[in-house]
Amino acid sequence: MTTLDASRGTAKRPSSRAWRKLAANKAALVGLGIVATFAILALLAPLLPIADPIQTSWTAIRKPPTWAHPIGTDELGRDILARMIWGARASLSAGLFSVMLAVSIGVPLGIVSGYLGGWLDIVVSRITEAFLAMPFLITAIALAAFLGPSLINSMIAIALSALPIFIRLTRGQVLAVKAEEYVEGARAIGLGPVAIMARYVFPNVLPPILVQATLTIATAIIAEASLSFLGLGQQPPAASWGSMLNVAKNFLTQAPWMAVWPGGAIFLVVVGFNLLGDGLRDALDPRAA
Amino acid sequence: MTVSKSDPTPDSRPAGPVLAVEGLSVSFLTDGRRATVVRDVSFEVAPGETLAIVGESGSGKSVTSLAVMGLLPPRVSRVEGRIRLMGRDLSSLSQTEMSAIRGRDMAMIFQEPMTSLNPVFTIGRQISESLVRHLGLTRSAARAETVRLLEKVRIPNAAARFDEYPHQFSGGMRQRVMIAMALASKPKLLIADEPTTALDVTIQGQILDLIKQLQEEENMSVLFITHDMGVVAEVADRTMVMYRGDVVETGTTRDVFHHGRHPYTRALLSAVPCLGEMGETTDPERFAVVDMETGERLPAAPVVGTVDRGEPPVLSVRDLVTRFDVRGGVFGRRTGAIHAVEGVSFDLHQGETLALVGESGCGKSTTGRSIMRLVEPVSGSVELDGFDVLDLGGSDLRRMRRSIQMIFQDPFASLNPRMTVGASVAEPFTTHRLGSRAEARDKAADLLERVGLSADMSSRYPHEFSGGQRQRIAIARALALDPKVIVADESVSALDVSIKAQVCNLLMDLQESLKIAFLFISHDMAVVERVSHRVAVMYLGEIVEIGPRAALFGNPQHPYTKKLIAAVPVPDPARRGIRRNLDVEELKSPVRPLGYRPPERRYRTVSPGHVVMEDTL
Repeated sequence: MTTLDASRGTAKRPSSRAWRKLAANKAALVGLGIVATFAILALLAPLLPIADPIQTSWTAIRKPPTWAHPIGTDELGRDILARMIWGARASLSAGLFSVMLAVSIGVPLGIVSGYLGGWLDIVVSRITEAFLAMPFLITAIALAAFLGPSLINSMIAIALSALPIFIRLTRGQVLAVKAEEYVEGARAIGLGPVAIMARYVFPNVLPPILVQATLTIATAIIAEASLSFLGLGQQPPAASWGSMLNVAKNFLTQAPWMAVWPGGAIFLVVVGFNLLGDGLRDALDPRAA
Repeated sequence: MTVSKSDPTPDSRPAGPVLAVEGLSVSFLTDGRRATVVRDVSFEVAPGETLAIVGESGSGKSVTSLAVMGLLPPRVSRVEGRIRLMGRDLSSLSQTEMSAIRGRDMAMIFQEPMTSLNPVFTIGRQISESLVRHLGLTRSAARAETVRLLEKVRIPNAAARFDEYPHQFSGGMRQRVMIAMALASKPKLLIADEPTTALDVTIQGQILDLIKQLQEEENMSVLFITHDMGVVAEVADRTMVMYRGDVVETGTTRDVFHHGRHPYTRALLSAVPCLGEMGETTDPERFAVVDMETGERLPAAPVVGTVDRGEPPVLSVRDLVTRFDVRGGVFGRRTGAIHAVEGVSFDLHQGETLALVGESGCGKSTTGRSIMRLVEPVSGSVELDGFDVLDLGGSDLRRMRRSIQMIFQDPFASLNPRMTVGASVAEPFTTHRLGSRAEARDKAADLLERVGLSADMSSRYPHEFSGGQRQRIAIARALALDPKVIVADESVSALDVSIKAQVCNLLMDLQESLKIAFLFISHDMAVVERVSHRVAVMYLGEIVEIGPRAALFGNPQHPYTKKLIAAVPVPDPARRGIRRNLDVEELKSPVRPLGYRPPERRYRTVSPGHVVMEDTL
């Protein structure tokens, strides 16, 4: 089918309108800017002229900003700027990968369960509801403790905790799309259920899922920071914003900069993703002018 | 049913119009640009008079009425010109003064009676509350007045229904409640914006009657907005035709209908089918085409020689039964069943159009869907082009779908919004692996040309097309498999009159060239008379009468068929004074308790092929 789409390049996709609306939304652009800045810094971390994030120095313990260390050093004399940038890698990838994992399992499960219905739907829905009854972070902590402390395991724990949200959201959207005439039309021309789910249901349930995914990245970043803060996420000496805060809490009065920078970064990124998510929601909502 | 006439002109007409609009222009701000949607419109409504504004979507008729009510969003719209209600200039009034006038001096009823009532309050409370607020009545006085109003709009058993909620009322009854609310403060002007469009035809007849009666009793002026020329002919003293924001013609309804000067007026009128105009002819007939420049009417050609009754039928349905379970209670146990289709039988020949007509809930759509196995019938047999449809499974079922295709009602919902129209049209072809991608592309281009679009539109998305164009795309898609039978489920109902005529003509052209058989499902009797060879009337899941078109319309036998035909508004201004005196009643429900056994039906043959159910239901 895509060959027909691509054969002539002039087509105005429904999504191009959404992009224009997003570009006109200042708050969303600010969010996009924040997210993009952190993402670029995190990606370029190995290339940037910054100190080694795990290089300790006994002569520069808990030093306030200097020329050598622009935003100070931590309790082992490591450069906080370098650790912030490498920590962004951990935080952003934790947010991104855990949500991608949750989406790639949750969305197909939600589509199949919502479209086919029957006993499969009942089983999936009841399990989802049981998971939703537990607080997100508690589930994540329990899973991370069970899987053992590491960044990868904390990502898996966060993904599993976020999974029910996506199953639930997708299933609800599918139930609405399933009632549309074009789905019945697809059955009428003789398409099988798999093709209908892939070509008719999936593209039409995607927009609200994109919005939810963006917002969940913010939640996941906080969750990763929390897990790292509790020692269940990123393990020393590697840096993550949560584990930096964990150590910083012991020196709040002597070296406040140790807490201010990672705390501020978490705040900024979360705000960025939330602004972007809200902007996407407005841009993808066909009712909004 | 009796039809009586009364004097169409109100007896007293005090000097000065109730509503005078001068040079009204409305523009909207969209994407930073100003678009004018109503240009320099002037009209007057005299006391006790009904002025109809007719036009198709985008004509500005609704915007005009909203401007009069002062209901346009102030930030994005600009209203110019003068609007005077009983001599008072409305444009100089503040928001608070305006809302005092709204509901007191002029009131409005809308198209959707389903959404204009608050579902969480009782009907009685919604009406009496406004009486307490606007007229300062006491609670008990307001209650008495509310019951009086509900009785006035002929709601049976009004006192008992005071404490019921909107969902306990049918669509027609809700529209009566809306009218009762509008009448609460005895307005001088009632603005009715498509008040009967969402209603079934027999209910529409009742509501039109009611509006006419109330107008006489209260000597109220009515501004009636509609797209339906039949309704206009029945209610309006004067008619104003709008086209793309301009008034193209104003005059007495009789003059507009008989001596319309503007080409658009003539095009609109010739696109309106008139029940009974087909007379004794047996073949379907295309709609007359009017040249929009000259207003000249080109003759309409009938569809001839498409049916061969010697051949066995291409579709043969016997004793089809489809029921849906009704579940209730905590454990979702079956408490009854909707008997949507009950013992339906008919034949359809190649090249023939059989119309299934009836009102909402009569099972006509479910019949179409059951035949296609989009819903699963309970019993019966469907033989289609050699397939025993109800016995098929899996791949055979999919192969069967090559022989029967469907065109849906809502062209805005029946195409996948995220697929180009070329891909949508080619999809049936590729799904059934009838050829290569290049062949599919050629086929799609070919089909688009065939339905009156151009092949280079195939890379566009559905939202870039108008409703009529989308319906053409849906038709092209249905044709992609060269089906023998097409189920057209209310396929022209959502379209504007002139577009409706064009799409009907297209369907008839295709029937003539491709010998397609149509199962034409519709509630619109006038369109059905135009396009069909044979007609089946459905009521509560059963066919009560079936026969050749001329026989069924010329000599209807079943009481329900007669009632249905009599309820259709006819675009003839001579019927302005008509009163149908229909009983106030609601459509019955096909929900039956568990273990319900449908009664045996007896049928009588009136003339060859014309069969009527003996039971009256």
